[in-house]
Amino acid sequence: MRASLILGTLLSGLALAAALASFVWTPADVTQLAIAQKLLPPSGQHWLGTDHFGRDMLSMIMVGARTSIAVALVAVGIGMGFGVPLGLLAAARSGGWLDEVVMRGNDLVFAFPSLVIAILITAVLGPSALNAIIAIGIFNIPVFARVTRGGALPIWTLDYIRAAQVAGKGAGRISIQHILPNIANLLIVQGTIQFSLGILAEAGLSYVGLGAQPPTPSWGRMLAEAQTMVALAPHVAIIPGLAIVVTVLGLNLLGDGLRDALDPRLRRSP
Amino acid sequence: MIQTSRLSVEIGPHEILRGIDLALPPGQITGLVGESGSGKSMAALAIMGLLPDGMRTEGRVDLDGRNLLELSERDLCRIRGKRIGMIFQEPMTALNPLMTIGDQVAEVLRIHQGLDRKAAQERARDRLDRVGLTAPRFPLTLYPHELSGGQRQRVAIALAIALRPDLLIADEPTTALDVTTQAKILDLLKALVRDEGMALLLITHDLAVVAGIADRVAVMQHGTIVEEGPTEQVFRQQRHPYTRALFAASTHQPRLVLPRAEPRPLLQVEGAVREYPLPRRSLGEARGSLRAVDGVGFRIEAGESVGLVGESGCGKSTLTRAILGLDPLQGGRILLDGQEIRAGRAMPAGLRAKMQVVFQDPFGSFDPRWRVERLVAEPFHLTGLPRDWREQVAEALYEVGIAGDAMRRHIHEFSGGQRQRIAIARALIIKPRLIVLDEAVSALDVRVRAQVLDLLAGLRVSHGLAYLFISHDLSVVRQITDRVMIMEKGRIVETGPTHKVMDAPEHPYTQSLLAATPRIPVDWHVHEQVSRVALSTPAP
Repeated sequence: MRASLILGTLLSGLALAAALASFVWTPADVTQLAIAQKLLPPSGQHWLGTDHFGRDMLSMIMVGARTSIAVALVAVGIGMGFGVPLGLLAAARSGGWLDEVVMRGNDLVFAFPSLVIAILITAVLGPSALNAIIAIGIFNIPVFARVTRGGALPIWTLDYIRAAQVAGKGAGRISIQHILPNIANLLIVQGTIQFSLGILAEAGLSYVGLGAQPPTPSWGRMLAEAQTMVALAPHVAIIPGLAIVVTVLGLNLLGDGLRDALDPRLRRSP
Repeated sequence: MIQTSRLSVEIGPHEILRGIDLALPPGQITGLVGESGSGKSMAALAIMGLLPDGMRTEGRVDLDGRNLLELSERDLCRIRGKRIGMIFQEPMTALNPLMTIGDQVAEVLRIHQGLDRKAAQERARDRLDRVGLTAPRFPLTLYPHELSGGQRQRVAIALAIALRPDLLIADEPTTALDVTTQAKILDLLKALVRDEGMALLLITHDLAVVAGIADRVAVMQHGTIVEEGPTEQVFRQQRHPYTRALFAASTHQPRLVLPRAEPRPLLQVEGAVREYPLPRRSLGEARGSLRAVDGVGFRIEAGESVGLVGESGCGKSTLTRAILGLDPLQGGRILLDGQEIRAGRAMPAGLRAKMQVVFQDPFGSFDPRWRVERLVAEPFHLTGLPRDWREQVAEALYEVGIAGDAMRRHIHEFSGGQRQRIAIARALIIKPRLIVLDEAVSALDVRVRAQVLDLLAGLRVSHGLAYLFISHDLSVVRQITDRVMIMEKGRIVETGPTHKVMDAPEHPYTQSLLAATPRIPVDWHVHEQVSRVALSTPAP
C-alpha cells in the first residue's frame, strides 16, 4: 500500500464521514441564529467558533460537506453516464464519421472556459444547487468521453476482440463485455479526480452566489460571507477554506494512489 | 577476451543462473540456445551489469583481467557501449523515434570519444555504410519510422558496433524479422565478426540459426549450461538428454493425416481484392490506394490442411481478416460451404459457426478479466448457450489436455503453451469445420510447439477439421499441411502439395524464401529414438 493511497483515503473519508454524520447529529442547529454569540473564536462550546450570525461553524462545515459531496457526485455521475457511452461509441467506430462527430463535439465543449459557462448556465436557469450540478456535469462529459475512447482504442486492436468478433459479437456487446471491464481502472481514477474538481467548482459557484442558496450551508458561500470579516475573525474564512483544501487534496491523493494500485503498467511485476 | 567463470545470479531464494562458464574469444561466434525462461537473456544482462535491482551475483565476469561484477556503475557505463555492445529482439523500440539515425549513432561517438558534431557524423556515416545502409539512399537525416524492421535492426547494429566493441551481445536479433531479412542480418553479423575481430554472443531459441552461423554453442536449461562445445560436435553428438529433446522437437513430425478420398470444397476464395486508401501527399492530389490482396483465388477441401506462407506485408493478414468476415472485400467473393462470407452483421451466425480462429499471441488472445470457462464458451454466442455448456467446455479443455480445474481460473495463471491449448479449445467448442491458425505456434518454444502440432494433427483426425495455417515459417508449415500457397505482394505466386513446393520450388520468390530459411545440415542429425521422459511437459 502506498502512502498516497492511505492518506488520500483518510482525508476524503473525513469529509464523507462529516457529511454522513450530519444527517443524524450536528453539534448545533444550522438554521438557529444567535446574533449575540456572533464571531466567537474556537472554544470548548463551539469547537470551530461561530460565524457572523452566531451559527456553529462545525455544524455548518458538516452540513456544507453534504452539499459539496452531493453536487460533485451527481456531476461525476452525469459525466460518466453520458461520457463513457459516447467514448465507447467513438472507439467502436474509430475513424468513422460518428467518431468524428463525437470527438469534435467534445472539442467544442472543451473550447469554452468551463467555470464561465457554468456561471452563464446558472445565471440563465437561476442559481440553485441543481443547476450547479447540471453545469458542472456537462463539463465532465467530454473528459470521460476522451478518457474512455483513449483507453478503449488500444484494447480494440487486441486479439481477444478479434476472437469475440469471430464469435459473432457486435460492437455494442464487445464494448460492454470486453472493453468496459478493462478500462474500469482508468474510469475509477478519472472519476476520483473529477470528483475533487467538482467540489472545487461547486465551491467556486457558491462563492459567486450561484450555487446552493441560503439557508443551505455551502463551503463556497461560507468563504464568500467571511470575506468582509477576515480581519475581525480570521477563523470564519480559514475553516471553510481548510475544509475545501483538505477534501480536494485527499481526493487527488486518492486518485493518484488508485492509479498506482490499479494500473498494471505501473505495478511492479511480482 | 571476455570470460565468465562460475557466474551465478540469485533473486531471493531463487537461483536464476548457476555456475555459468563461458569464454567469448575474439573473432568467434558463440551461440547460446535454450527455451524461454532458461536464463539466456539473464546471462547477457549479467555480463553487461544490467540486472534488475534485488539480484545478487556471484562468480566473475573478466574483461582484460578486471572483474566487471566488482566495478562501480560509473566504470561500467564507460565499458558498456565501448567494450560491450548489445542489440535486442525488437528493433521498433530499441531506437529513439524522435532522433535521426545519424544523430543516434553520432551521439554514442560523442559521449564515449568526445568527438565534435561533424567528426561524429562522419564516423556515423562510415558505420551505417558498414551495416549496409549506404548513402545516398539512406541519408543520416532519416527517422526510424522511415525504415523497415530489418533496416532498423541494421541501425541498432550500427549503434552497437559504433565504438568497435570487443564483444557484441545479440539477444534474439532476428526473431522479429522475416526469413529473407533474417538471412541478410545474420550474414551481416558474420561479416562484422570476421572483419572487426569482435566476439559475438548470439542468444536464440532457434537451433537452425545457430547451426548456420555459430562456431561454438552452449545449451542452457534451468539456468545452467548443460552442454557446450564446437557447434558441429554438439549437434552431432547431442550428449545431454535436454539437447536431444530440443533437437527432436525442432525437427518433430506430427502424425500423418491422409486427406479424404472424395474432395468436397469447404472454403472457396474467388478473385479476392482488398484495397486500402493511401494518405494524400498533397491537398489537390487524388488519393492513391494500396492493393493488399490482389485477385487471390484458392480453395480448401473439407478436412484438408492448407498453408499460406508469406513475409510481413504480403497481404496474408488482410486476406485472413476477409476470410474471417471481419473486413469486406472490394472485389471477388469468398464462399464457406457454399455460402458467401460477408463482413460484420451481414454474415449469418450459422455460417460463422462453421469457422473459428487461433491467433499468434498467447497473451493478447484472451480477456484478462474473464475466467477460462467463460472465455472458452464465448463462441456459443453463435449457436446459443446450450444447457450443458459447462460440460462441453470441460470436454473441449480435456481434448486439448488442460485439466478441469482450469475452468474457474484466470488466463494469467497459464503458460504460453497452455494458453494456446485453451485458444484451440475455444475454437473447437462449437465444432467448426474450418480453423484458421494465424501464426498459431510461432510464439511457442520448440518443445511446446511440437506438442501443439501433435495436438492439431490429432484433432484433425478426430473432428474432421480443415486448417488454414498462416505462417511466415516454412518449416512449421511443412510439418502440418498437405498443400501450401506462397503469397507475395498480394498475389499467390505458387501453390502445390507441400512436399513438392518445398523440395522443388518453381517460382523465384519461393526459391529465395527456401534459400533464406536456416536449417540444420541433414547429415548432422542423430537418428535415434528419443526417450519419452525428456519430451514430457517442461517444468514451470
